[in-house]
Amino acid sequence: MTNSFNEFARAKMFLVIGSNMTEAHPVASTFVKNAVLKGARLIVVDPRRHKLADFAELHVPIRVGSDIAFLNAVMHVLIAEGWYDKKFVDSCTVDFDKLAATVMRYTPEYAADICGISAVMIRDVARRISSVHPMMLCYTLGITEHTCGTRNVMSTANLQMLLGNMGVECGGVNPLRGQNNVQGACDMGALPNVFPGYQKVGDLALRSKFERAWGVDGLPAHNGLMIPQMMEGLVSGQVRAFYIFGENLANTEPDIHKVEHELASAEFLVVQDIFLNETTRFAHVILPAAAWSENDGTFTNSERRVSRVRTASPAPGEAKPNWWIFQQIAKRFGHEWTANSAREIWDNEVSVLAPQLCGIKYHRLEGDGLQWPCPDENHPGTCFLHRDGHFTCGLGIFTPAEWTPPAEVPDDTYPLVLSTGRRLTHYHTRTQTGRCEGLNDILGEETADISPADARALNIAHGEMIRVASRRGEIKVKANVTDMVPKGMVWMAFHFREANANWLTNAAFDEITMTAEYKACAVRIEKLTDPASMARV
Amino acid sequence: MTQQKMMINGHEVLFSPGQTILEAAEAAGIWIPTLCHLKGTTPTGACRICVVEVAGARTLPTACSTPAAPGMAVQTESPRVIEARRLILELMLSSGNHNCAALNGGDGDWTGFQLGVQDSDGSGELCPVWGDCKLQDLAFRYQVKVGRFQSHEGPYPQELANPLIVRDFSRCILCGRCVQACNEVQVNRAISFGYRGALSKIVAAGDRPLADSECVFCGECIQACPVGALVEKKARYRWRPWETTTVRTTCPYCGVGCQQLLHVQDGRIAKVTGVEGAEPNQGRLCVKGCFAYDFIYSEDRLRTPLIREGGDFREASWDEALDLVASRFKEIIAASGPDAVAGVSCARSINEDSYQMQKLFRSVFKTNNIDHCART
Repeated sequence: MTNSFNEFARAKMFLVIGSNMTEAHPVASTFVKNAVLKGARLIVVDPRRHKLADFAELHVPIRVGSDIAFLNAVMHVLIAEGWYDKKFVDSCTVDFDKLAATVMRYTPEYAADICGISAVMIRDVARRISSVHPMMLCYTLGITEHTCGTRNVMSTANLQMLLGNMGVECGGVNPLRGQNNVQGACDMGALPNVFPGYQKVGDLALRSKFERAWGVDGLPAHNGLMIPQMMEGLVSGQVRAFYIFGENLANTEPDIHKVEHELASAEFLVVQDIFLNETTRFAHVILPAAAWSENDGTFTNSERRVSRVRTASPAPGEAKPNWWIFQQIAKRFGHEWTANSAREIWDNEVSVLAPQLCGIKYHRLEGDGLQWPCPDENHPGTCFLHRDGHFTCGLGIFTPAEWTPPAEVPDDTYPLVLSTGRRLTHYHTRTQTGRCEGLNDILGEETADISPADARALNIAHGEMIRVASRRGEIKVKANVTDMVPKGMVWMAFHFREANANWLTNAAFDEITMTAEYKACAVRIEKLTDPASMARV
Repeated sequence: MTQQKMMINGHEVLFSPGQTILEAAEAAGIWIPTLCHLKGTTPTGACRICVVEVAGARTLPTACSTPAAPGMAVQTESPRVIEARRLILELMLSSGNHNCAALNGGDGDWTGFQLGVQDSDGSGELCPVWGDCKLQDLAFRYQVKVGRFQSHEGPYPQELANPLIVRDFSRCILCGRCVQACNEVQVNRAISFGYRGALSKIVAAGDRPLADSECVFCGECIQACPVGALVEKKARYRWRPWETTTVRTTCPYCGVGCQQLLHVQDGRIAKVTGVEGAEPNQGRLCVKGCFAYDFIYSEDRLRTPLIREGGDFREASWDEALDLVASRFKEIIAASGPDAVAGVSCARSINEDSYQMQKLFRSVFKTNNIDHCART
């Protein structure tokens, strides 16, 4: 996030796109609702009429995967009507001409057909968001989990630069991150192209810096593989040994049949986790890890805030802190790592090597933590980025994006779109929340959420077991008939092994980030009692 | 804005226009008791425990809902105020199942009273919030004796129908903090006041069980409840404040990073509350932050390294398991080069774990084949 959660309650306007905030980031949504009760304006752009839309002055039900067409058309109107921030564009950005040339073709009428909404509504959105400054844009995985995810993100940034909403309090581009420490894992360099602090592995000077710090030579210069490439490498033999730390890939990756084939192909698979799960079935060695609240450390949240995690109770049996396990493996390769606690790792290595984190030391994290960038120990941390329109690279660069449809779109055989996400009560594959007393009683099974119109057309009753099938698999699941879902869509989550949406999802990826298109694939639904479908079982 | 002057307990106090007497007093470090007041929400003046004496005023106004005014002279603990607060507390204690009435006046049979209350509670225990109850604290502070008024427990049975929150209407003092917490803090709009007079009750969805309402089990109402009317089912009769230490930590679920207070008793987390006033959540949690902590105590936890043997796993020592991992990785790297190994880190574990894992892959194995679920 360029900005911070504490700005939500003070913001004057929000555009929330592709974010089911009340379920996926419940506490963040409470601050948006507080702002709305105090008079702030809210536009929700989402195929589903989810709970936050109840608080919005306008719900814009665009079709799944039409975000770029929508945002380009809004920018078309802003430019055509002169409703954008010319001063900000002139002084803080470059390549406005390129953006203007691209969005010129996205007239509201042209985009309306792609987005499934009226041209009037697109103009209306443009008028509303240009009338309040600043406006805060929030998005979640509805933007990123597409084959065009990178271009979706670029489009949100284009819009906010065009409106001059960058570098100001209560503005910015704010992706709400899905996991407690996904920001931190990125910051720590658990990525194939960067060292800790986003320092590129391809840069000779940076490699030398890390070689000196780690007392090694010959750090590799070429980028490594991303998860989908690793998984495919297991089948091709390019990857022979695979080490999975705290991920239940067998349930979370798209197309479970494909994923399980890949995991089963691993020549040597190490899984380090706190429970047996669907992924450990394929392991050759399983290493028992200490869990949350069983060792000290830090998490970094969506707003770049580094906060302390503390020990409440001991790990069971012989389970060990993860950092200790990695240290012990290094030792068997002749590397003696001296840091012997999370605090020593952070204070002596992480915050020394990552420039954004240099001012963050454990002794400064007792209260509310610190938000990076925090370059020195007297720095108070940074609530919002790009202050006064000063971007990291100098000027903000408009990167125009062309709309492309999802990799798989409905046809006669698979006439509906399956879109997926998270539900409030559970988390991911339920390895944690499924073992907490009470939560399974509140939500005990997966459902296929379908519209009343589709339910009527197929004579499906609320609560009836149905079959959902895609080109990759099929599942039996209870139908949840709800007007939250538009006609033509099936919506599901991945919390339960049975009826996990990932039996159906499409392993098509954004070509830059390799993010899977969890938000769109083609499916059909059938009554189980339908004799024709029974014959196919 | 220009500050204005008033007098509280004979001291000159500055306040900003728009502040209530309570806010002016708090800013000046003067304590006024509250029960129904919930910071950041609309004052209701429902409980009247914050009454104060204002020179020239006929009645005792509530400090939480009365604006401070220039020249106003306020007494927060005058005999008249204390007498009023005692009466309010006496009435509250007699209005329900409040078995902390230690200074029982009347017949003085505290033991009999306790046993009767525990019996009606279906438990041999003290009130589940004994020692963590604002009503109890105030009853002791103001030395309130009970017995003058007929005690009754109200017409509504406990709601035990959902797995997470116990609603004990016999302990509810109808202060409305839970209603404010639900409607103005978390804005889930699940509960409100229902019925009238002696039949008043906090209701969900037209007086249905919480599970059949808009309730999302965020736990905000429990945290707001000043008495024992709303308690965590998992912690009820297990958690006792005098046996507990608290540990501040960060929630392990979504990317908001809510600050939690873990209430640790006998080496286990007994319950979780939000850290009031803390960034980024200001004391708020969701159903997972409030109730999804006990997975760490599951019998299913992995306790020892496991090594595959045929179709099954056998237990192994750390040395054996780590030696095997190191030797297989060495063999494969020697035969096929460092890029024949790859690793996926964990976006739920601490920063230091991800740092160590990428360091292992880069500096020891010499590959950049390290990733995590960064983009999903």
